[in-house]
Amino acid sequence: MQTAVAISVDGLGFAAWLFLSSVGLTLIYGVMRILNIAHGGFYALGAYSSAWAIGLFVNSGGAVVYSFLLIPLAALLAGAIAGLLVERGILRYMYGRDEVLMVLVTYAIFLILEDATKLIWGTESYVAWQPAFHFGTINVMDIPYTVYKFIIMAVALAVGAALFLVLNKTRVGKLLLVVIEDREISGALGINVTLFFTVTFVVGAILGALGGAISAPEISVLPGIGAEIIVLSFAVIVIGGMGSIGGAMLGALIVGFARALSVHLYPPAELFSIYLVMAAVLAVKPYGLFALAESRKI
Amino acid sequence: MKTKYSLMASAALSALVGTSAFAPAVQADDATFKIGVVTFLSGGASGPFGIPGRNAAEVVIEAINAGTMPAPYDTAGIGGAMIEQVVIDENSKQKVADYQKLVDKDEVDAVVGYASSGSCKAIAPEAEKLKQLTVFAICGTPQIFEEIVTEPEYLFRSMSHATMDNVGAARYVLDTTPELKTIGGINQNYAWGQDSWRDFSETIAALKSSVEVDSEQFPKIFAGQYGSEISALLSAKVDVVHSSFWGGDLEAMIIQGAGRGLFDRSQMVLTSSDTAIPRLGAQIPNGTIIGARGFNGPYAPDTELANWFEQAYFDRFGVAPVSPSYQMAQSIMALKAAADKAQSSDPDAIRAALAGLTFESASGEVSMSLSDGHQAATGIAYGTYEFDASTGKGSVKNVRSYAAGCVNPPVGVTSGEWIKGGFDGATCE
Repeated sequence: MQTAVAISVDGLGFAAWLFLSSVGLTLIYGVMRILNIAHGGFYALGAYSSAWAIGLFVNSGGAVVYSFLLIPLAALLAGAIAGLLVERGILRYMYGRDEVLMVLVTYAIFLILEDATKLIWGTESYVAWQPAFHFGTINVMDIPYTVYKFIIMAVALAVGAALFLVLNKTRVGKLLLVVIEDREISGALGINVTLFFTVTFVVGAILGALGGAISAPEISVLPGIGAEIIVLSFAVIVIGGMGSIGGAMLGALIVGFARALSVHLYPPAELFSIYLVMAAVLAVKPYGLFALAESRKI
Repeated sequence: MKTKYSLMASAALSALVGTSAFAPAVQADDATFKIGVVTFLSGGASGPFGIPGRNAAEVVIEAINAGTMPAPYDTAGIGGAMIEQVVIDENSKQKVADYQKLVDKDEVDAVVGYASSGSCKAIAPEAEKLKQLTVFAICGTPQIFEEIVTEPEYLFRSMSHATMDNVGAARYVLDTTPELKTIGGINQNYAWGQDSWRDFSETIAALKSSVEVDSEQFPKIFAGQYGSEISALLSAKVDVVHSSFWGGDLEAMIIQGAGRGLFDRSQMVLTSSDTAIPRLGAQIPNGTIIGARGFNGPYAPDTELANWFEQAYFDRFGVAPVSPSYQMAQSIMALKAAADKAQSSDPDAIRAALAGLTFESASGEVSMSLSDGHQAATGIAYGTYEFDASTGKGSVKNVRSYAAGCVNPPVGVTSGEWIKGGFDGATCE
């Protein structure tokens, strides 16, 4: 029983982190058809900004409870500035190009962002654990979990719900769905597609940065963390179906539970389990579980 | 569409296959001895391992060139030649190609460095194939000379391999926890982690057969998130948890594990953890068993050479050197000692002199006594962590040292055979 509960909590915890780290990637792909490798750079920027700001604040005598506010703030600033610079400075000149070319373009941007983080924060690690342990732990069947882990789960749920509501219940969201369906017709109907692209990319970048910012108190923030997350995020959105927010959530849950199951029941398969699940899903649904339908154009 | 997806996946994967950062090459002349220094300049290992290693190389090479090191290295240069260094990033997906470039294009006389066992496994056969004098500074897997290059001519490793760390850790645990009943482990899923756990668990089994293994975790290297593994270890409630984690993975595991009470529930043994002391300070729970992969960092000896190195490093970078600094320094001192013995800067003369050499380093005496004189054997120390809130610094207490002969297999015996055979020939004082 204890193992079953541990698998559930660990699976949910890992899935929440995965969802927050990958939802921006799938949002950008869904709207813009860009597999944004630079997403890893946004994640790293968020993590560095958050760890740096928390460290500065707490070491200056600031109350730890207020340092929680720095996490969304760091993500908002880092994601918005970097996202806007990348979209307005580079990507807008590349729209309409082949998707494969855009992968290479965003990879180049990723490398630039990697070097930018090194230029700004150096190569030393940043640790900012204070928020992660401020609220202590909760014992679940004699296994302590940090309250912070449950906060991450709540944030992931909130982000998923907010995206669902915005996309399905607001005028802006419905217009965005039209853009996703057919950008040419959307333009002909008077929708400012360029503005939607810019806003979507910046929101995606902020979400990527949020994934990093919220992870920062639990990890050692170092050069290279962006490259690690992009591979996992890619697996998550491929399982869920590229471009689908619900798919990203389901993909994160599948990967999270696959990993937790293997760690608790058969640890040697931990490394293998994520990609085994991905292969199994793709064997049955080659475009992922919730792949966006492609309209056929004549 | 399918083709597009596969093209995109290929492009993405190709794009993720990283590049390496090369320092500009410098032209050699007759009076120079060019050393290729390979260390992590980027990625998760750069902060705690790669940069301290590079810094140490700078300090030692500059001092050798200036002739300002203490005895026995107080003559300038390598066999009279000034050292030039070419520093490259170990964090590369094309490690062999980078190494070949050092040899063929940069025309280095020797290569030193490499922290990752994965890197060393890839480079070891290349060093022999290209007939290139190469001294591994840090990487720990025993496989290098036991399985991959069994008759080395050009390849050396100037520090002990992982067997020293883990036999030493097991002996320390049994010496300090005589009532030990169960052990568990969390180690990275590659050569270093697997070999480390094998040596630790088998040593415990050989020395106290009643001890049971309850949980063995092998997360991916650089995973960063260890929630499930920590839950499994918490659930197992073993007496001792062994980990050979290093770098950013180590720091993340300490943060996550300490926060969830793993360090209270089990005695943690961290075999490569002195690098975390200046970074995490009070976050490392008191009582944690700290290893530094030899007499490095907090276990460095009180000798003129060790004190000089610590001071020179601190004066230059404002922080104390950590174990990778000592290990990188040791690899360059190995070349210097061999060149001084050979009285030559010729790489062939140096490698001939280095085989079987005993030399001084900032970590004490090093004996190249294993694997036909190409593998070093040194002793090791372990102690428990204690953080002093008044000074804001951590240190080690309850230190016990183990001689080289107590924690390294004798000549001609592999680590696995030695441990399973009950440590025949071990000389423990």
